[in-house]
Amino acid sequence: MTAPRVFLVDDHQMFRAGVRAELGDAVDIVGEAADVESAVEGIRATDPEVVLLDVHLPGGGGKAVLETLKPERPDLVFLALSVSDAAEDVIAVIRAGARGYVTKTISSVDLAAAVTRVRDGDAVFSPRLAGFVLDAFSGEAPPEVGDPELDQLSPREREVMRLIARGYTYKEIARRLTLSVKTVETHVSAVLRKLQLSSRHELTRWATERRIV
Amino acid sequence: MSAGGWSCDHRQIMASRLHLDERLLRLPSDLARSPNDRVVAGVAGGLGGYLGVDPIAMRLALVVLSLANGLGLALYLVGWGMLPTASPGRVSHRPSPSAERTVGLGLLTIGTLLLFGQAGLLLPAGFVWAVALAAVGLGLVWARTDETNRTGGLLLRCLGGGVLLVVGLGLLFASGGALETIGQLGLAVLATGVGVSLLLGPWILRLWRDLGVERRQRIRSEERSEIAAHLHDSVLQTLALIQRADAPGRARTLARRQERELRAWLFDERPPDGVDGIASLAASLERVVTEVEDQHDVEVDLVVVGECPLEPRLDALVAAVREATLNAARHAGVDDVSVYVEVEAEKVTAYVRDRGQGFVPDEVEPGRVGVRESIIGRMARHGGRAEVHSNPGGGTEVVLEVGRTPEREPSA
Repeated sequence: MTAPRVFLVDDHQMFRAGVRAELGDAVDIVGEAADVESAVEGIRATDPEVVLLDVHLPGGGGKAVLETLKPERPDLVFLALSVSDAAEDVIAVIRAGARGYVTKTISSVDLAAAVTRVRDGDAVFSPRLAGFVLDAFSGEAPPEVGDPELDQLSPREREVMRLIARGYTYKEIARRLTLSVKTVETHVSAVLRKLQLSSRHELTRWATERRIV
Repeated sequence: MSAGGWSCDHRQIMASRLHLDERLLRLPSDLARSPNDRVVAGVAGGLGGYLGVDPIAMRLALVVLSLANGLGLALYLVGWGMLPTASPGRVSHRPSPSAERTVGLGLLTIGTLLLFGQAGLLLPAGFVWAVALAAVGLGLVWARTDETNRTGGLLLRCLGGGVLLVVGLGLLFASGGALETIGQLGLAVLATGVGVSLLLGPWILRLWRDLGVERRQRIRSEERSEIAAHLHDSVLQTLALIQRADAPGRARTLARRQERELRAWLFDERPPDGVDGIASLAASLERVVTEVEDQHDVEVDLVVVGECPLEPRLDALVAAVREATLNAARHAGVDDVSVYVEVEAEKVTAYVRDRGQGFVPDEVEPGRVGVRESIIGRMARHGGRAEVHSNPGGGTEVVLEVGRTPEREPSA
């Protein structure tokens, strides 16, 4: 398996240098950018497989990069990376189309693994993101609008999210639930899809309210 | 030096700017209605206190002045509308009531009365009664509802006030003779006009005051998000970098702690001790986890789903979580521990997990009372349960569960 071709978007030069040094041979970094405009140009020019995308960027944020490139390059995979784990940031980039979300304190080994995982089409959920999902999908599905299937998690998906929140890796979850890793990945991808498409009003409301209980 | 200190400076700067803004919107801060010394609305009490005159003399003066074409009454109503209520605990340096000032006020009152009398503007008895009735009506409308209880009963007050106003003005017009003696039909028209404007006055004043409050809040939140954005792009990034770099363990822990504190301050309005002094579960878990991180060189990844106020059973759960996390930090031999807590309608469940060396639970040496007493025993005493799953080389997971009192309806 070849190293994933990665484009790095972050407005902090020190951070880009750090990631470049740490990831080393695990990934092939084909380009870097520090703002929305140069990121869009650079990604068009270098044709990477995965974009490591900072959520906070001058010129509209990571969300703007996602929204510009997603229509023209539907296969391009984005992994959001941020120092912030505020709920509204997480929800905004995931709903804009990112395949996963990791915080900048992630270890380099985990980061390399996450890049490979999203490149292969799977979703990457950190424990914190799993916690947000459980929070947002708690309670009954809203009776009103929308697709009821999209608006709540299946018991299995909930179980997988809980285990991720408890710090289990996909492999550990598979062993514990006697599933294949592939099945776990399928569940996580299904949750990601719900997170992106659900019309649950909690998803938008909760982001601003969840801390003011 | 630390990020925390830096943000404190900015709070002070913000506070001083806001203070300036506040002053522009306010009357002299000492001039306020008295919440304690009051007969109707505390205007005389407040005014008397401000001017250094006995409130009773103040009231007398206002009543007497009402004979001068209702001047005293008008003054009172203006005061009622314009002056805020003083906060009961406020310390203000007011002059103490003195006889000199009281005499002065008396002379001023008599002088004004004589002046009005000279001009033929003293009121006939019928007129005084009419105005007094109208005043009671106005008073009812004007009764400044508390900020919290703005709509309740307002309609009733308006109706009562309106009726009384109409009766009062009707009486005024009916006593045609009185109008003859004053000889000014214009006055009746004026009275009606004033009545109407007085009816609407409180709303306008209140609106104006609310606008000021809202503006202050908006300025505050704008300042805050500006500072948040700046810190986010600078200090938080640096702290994240330090944690990634091969910094010594202590520096990494410090950076993590600073990040946590700064983030809490930036993005979380909730005070660390919970809302309204009631400690929340998430806040106390956060505190416990930070403490363990500080004492031992580990990272604790805390995820809390849901939130609820603390109660004794949950205190026990938090204490057991602390113990389990401490055990993991001390014995597991790993750098990170995962803590996951989920609040459900009837129970709270906590998981403390590490990927460390593990142990055989049945072979715990008797010296290690931590697991048996502080975790299992404590949970059992509070009607909960605790399970310890561990095997050598396979890490450890402690599962804690305890019931909780379901939340009552907010209205209860």
